[in-house]
Amino acid sequence: MHGYSRPLAILVLISLLCMGLSISMGSAALSFADTWAVLTGNGTPLQQTLILELRLPRTLSAFATGGLLAVAGALMQVLLRNPLADPYILGLSGGAAVGALLAMLAGLAGALVSGSAFAGALLATMLVFGLAHGTGSWTPSRLLLTGVVVAAGWGAIITLILAMSPARQLPGMLYWLMGDLSHAGNPAPALALLVLVCALVLPLGRSLNVLARGPLQAAALGVTVRPLEWLIYVLASVLTAAAVSMAGSIGFVGLVVPHMLRLVLGNDQRLILPACALAGGTLLVLADTLARVVIAPEQLPVGVITALLGVPTFLYLLYRSR
Amino acid sequence: MNPLQARDLVIDIPGRDDGEALNFIIQPGQIWGVLGPNGAGKTTLLHTLAGLREPRAGEVCLGEHRLMELKRKRISQQLGLVFQERQDGFPATVLETALIGRHPWLSPWQMETGNDEEIARRSLEQLDVAHLSDRMVNTLSGGERQRVAIATVLAQAPDTWLLDEPTNHLDLHHQVSVLQLLTEQAGAGNSVFMCLHDLNLAARWCDHLLLLYPNGEVCWGPAERMLAPVALERLYGQELLTVEVDGAPVFVPRKVW
Repeated sequence: MHGYSRPLAILVLISLLCMGLSISMGSAALSFADTWAVLTGNGTPLQQTLILELRLPRTLSAFATGGLLAVAGALMQVLLRNPLADPYILGLSGGAAVGALLAMLAGLAGALVSGSAFAGALLATMLVFGLAHGTGSWTPSRLLLTGVVVAAGWGAIITLILAMSPARQLPGMLYWLMGDLSHAGNPAPALALLVLVCALVLPLGRSLNVLARGPLQAAALGVTVRPLEWLIYVLASVLTAAAVSMAGSIGFVGLVVPHMLRLVLGNDQRLILPACALAGGTLLVLADTLARVVIAPEQLPVGVITALLGVPTFLYLLYRSR
Repeated sequence: MNPLQARDLVIDIPGRDDGEALNFIIQPGQIWGVLGPNGAGKTTLLHTLAGLREPRAGEVCLGEHRLMELKRKRISQQLGLVFQERQDGFPATVLETALIGRHPWLSPWQMETGNDEEIARRSLEQLDVAHLSDRMVNTLSGGERQRVAIATVLAQAPDTWLLDEPTNHLDLHHQVSVLQLLTEQAGAGNSVFMCLHDLNLAARWCDHLLLLYPNGEVCWGPAERMLAPVALERLYGQELLTVEVDGAPVFVPRKVW
């Protein structure tokens, strides 16, 4: 039950190592010593520009995005008592993508695209959870099915937008659809959100553990179920929207990371949620590093790499659950 | 303790007339049994008494207060409920499961203490499942899971126990030891209110009975008055033979040749 600090300390260490690796790798490789020199305020001006202005923000963005997605996934899984729930599978990323592409089609750029993606993700969340809720409560199978069907709908709209778009806009749009961290911008707000949410859910952790046993059991043990469910739902939506508006639609992080961690650490949310933030961040940092170096100097969309990891995991989970 | 009380209570079963309103107090030390055929509303009654469902009319009170006015946390410190069905979406060990019974007693910032773990372990011992502490709940047999569920409520330490078919899945010996445990609870000044399917267990261990007919009709009172064969035969639509053994009536279904 106790001793959360050791696994978390190990995860922090791994995260820092991976971030160091990510910063020193790239089309112009730097040694760890050079990287360390720059981080401690030395190094040549060229190295400083490369690391402090290009690679470090990108690495931190990758970390924040991965952490947000993993925590959002873990929260949705508790809400639905189903380890298959994930923002991408529930169609939230599709809604965000439509929002972003419409903004790009209208010739907008930068923060406006992000804002539009954020609105699209929230709209998709409301649509899926509202439709699946109906008059009863969220049954996991109905929610997953609603999510899948709504996601297919978003897919059609995305294809429509792509077909209508002028050719010169297509590459940017495609990259956004597969997840791209090269335009992530300032990582500070997302990192702050991640820390804030982790701090917020920590006192709720035990209530979430009880909620994972079903709403009636939770109510019988003193949890006020409805407000808690709504809080998780809103948090998960905001986290997803923040992640998607920063880096495009990156799938399966919210599915793979919580699942792996539960296998190793059990299902105490007070440990799993901060661990998800760390491990999700680390996974995306590694995936983004791979995306940058595999066919350097060209870059792969990072969503391709997470999907290649995520699809087999999802199928394995589904296979094992029956 | 604050006794649980039904005041003009009508449970809400869709498509059924109101029937008779319930008016009773479960006093400290009493053991109540609810009898009725499938679909008569036993589980609905239990959930309504626990405040998990809105009644159609009337109210449930815990001491002076109406249940709906109390905070869930306050209620759960006084009222424990053993469910008939359990869902385990995520894997958990037996000990972790028993420990969630301590939830009502801990503040949000508090971790479970050694004392809580001690209580959970003792509860598992009393239900004869301590040797399974580290096993995953989803690998247990039905009867073992049932005993873990009862141990969880024992760790919760409520004054009033509500139980939905506590002897389900249990072998004869464990049925008896669970009922014996509930008798001890009542002896210590707590109260017990449970749905049962086994007439003979009810006749032997309950001091009050509530008969719930499928049409919404109800009657309740001291066990010896409620165990009239005619009433029970009408309740289940089943002819019964009655003999007396060891001071308690025993009911046997009449076999149709």
